[in-house]
Amino acid sequence: MEILTYNFFQNALIIGILASIACGIIGPFVVAKRISFLSGSIAHSSFGGIGLAYFLGFNPLIGAAVFSILSALGIGIVSEKFKKNEDAVIGAMWSLGMAIGLVFIYLTPGYSADLFSYLFGNILMTGSADIILAIILNIVIVISVLAFYRWFTAIIFDKQFSEVINIAVFPIYLFLLCLVALTIVILIRIVGVILVIALLTLPAATAQTFNKSFRKIILWSILFGCLFTTAGIFLSYYLNLPSGPMIIFTAVFVYTGFLIIGKRSILRK
Amino acid sequence: MVAVDSRLRGNDKLDMCIKYKNVLSLKLNVNMPNPIIKIKNLSFAYQRENNILENVNLEVFSDDFLGIIGPNGGGKTTLLKIILGLLKPDKGSVFVFNKKPKEARNLIGYVPQFSEIDLDCPVSILDIVLMGILNRKKIFQKYNDEDFKLAKEALDFVDLQNLKDRQIGELSGGQRQRIYIARALIRKPKLLILDEPTASIDEKSEREFWELLQTINRNTAIIIVSHDIGVIFKNVNKIACLNKQLYCHGADEEITQDILDKTYKCDIELLGHGLPHRVLKKH
Repeated sequence: MEILTYNFFQNALIIGILASIACGIIGPFVVAKRISFLSGSIAHSSFGGIGLAYFLGFNPLIGAAVFSILSALGIGIVSEKFKKNEDAVIGAMWSLGMAIGLVFIYLTPGYSADLFSYLFGNILMTGSADIILAIILNIVIVISVLAFYRWFTAIIFDKQFSEVINIAVFPIYLFLLCLVALTIVILIRIVGVILVIALLTLPAATAQTFNKSFRKIILWSILFGCLFTTAGIFLSYYLNLPSGPMIIFTAVFVYTGFLIIGKRSILRK
Repeated sequence: MVAVDSRLRGNDKLDMCIKYKNVLSLKLNVNMPNPIIKIKNLSFAYQRENNILENVNLEVFSDDFLGIIGPNGGGKTTLLKIILGLLKPDKGSVFVFNKKPKEARNLIGYVPQFSEIDLDCPVSILDIVLMGILNRKKIFQKYNDEDFKLAKEALDFVDLQNLKDRQIGELSGGQRQRIYIARALIRKPKLLILDEPTASIDEKSEREFWELLQTINRNTAIIIVSHDIGVIFKNVNKIACLNKQLYCHGADEEITQDILDKTYKCDIELLGHGLPHRVLKKH
């Protein structure tokens, strides 16, 4: 356990916990609203922002934050306007963001060594700037959800009824997508653009197999998130394999286990 | 038998209406009680030149129990959505409580189609009933004792207080339906609108459901949409047959074979299960 004394390892564990809080709070809404695919699209289009930030020479996570918020609003609005083609529209935005990112990176002189870490994450490269950014985003997310918790559940449960009692359904939905975007920004550092969606949804999906209220699902999601990231980091260290995939392996393994147990107990009923 | 029943009830209602009218005209010198819904020459199309509603006229009064029947795709849900202000008419005028539909929403309780609702959503029954008054809350503002009292009243009314902590997916179809009614009633509406509420519930629940609606109708107008013609005839006091056009309404009019024919003429094949025929035979 000598490894725990290293600064980079402590940073990794801290950002893992910070990310678990964010995705533990937002993930349950993503799972309940069934917008995993849409969230994946937001995550991938944020790569456009990373590319742009590289090109202009500032912190790629700031670029990712701005880009993912814009693409959350864009995807939210466009998929609502073209409801019939929602699936294809989300897919198009998904690739568009990636394409923009790739063009900017091509245009940037020199070889971008840690670009790979934004695609697949590298929690061991976490710096103190990343941690401060994650803390700020977490504060925003916690306050927003405390304020809008009941509105989020209402529009997820029954959109049409909410509209009929004069709740601003669509603006609230867009706001939820913006919070998803902020969560994704924290997660990019850890698992990267490509694996984000698993860490966003799997803790919540695991918690949902044995809980029936948002409050409990949120608490359990945070715990599962901490478990997945911490276990993944240790696995990564001891097996000498990349951290992102190790976290995802842990998450999928545990989720599958709970799914099977859940299925069995339903059969027994 | 069914149809005779409804006609008798209708005539009673008409007598009462006439008496009521006379009293009113003596006291207030008006000719008619004021309708809570006034729809004139309404037309609506989702796609150009393909009207789903055409030249619809409808008046609903404060003590009405109106059933809207008609084939699938006949525009029933569309008409409700216009009354609720979810869709804007292309032509014609719609007034609800003498206001524009959107502005009248606080006087309306709404029970949507079951398919609109996500049963896996992790919310409790109490949460759901409280959603009915969520629009009265500001952000960060919690539900207070008054709100919980209203929720308890609504749950007691539908007799489901004991299930308040359960999740919606654990309930039977009939129980779910009563929860949605409680969620609508917590708003203390003057008009209750229900869209196809009898889908997927068993016969006993359905009987209880109609009894519940009769009780509500004592002080609330009700509009109910259904394609279950047989049951609806027994329970409402006004029928509107909707298939693009509104073919009849009013307790004073008999539902003739001709009217039902017109409503269902083109769509009997679409309906497929021959329900209209069965109703016609009972006449």
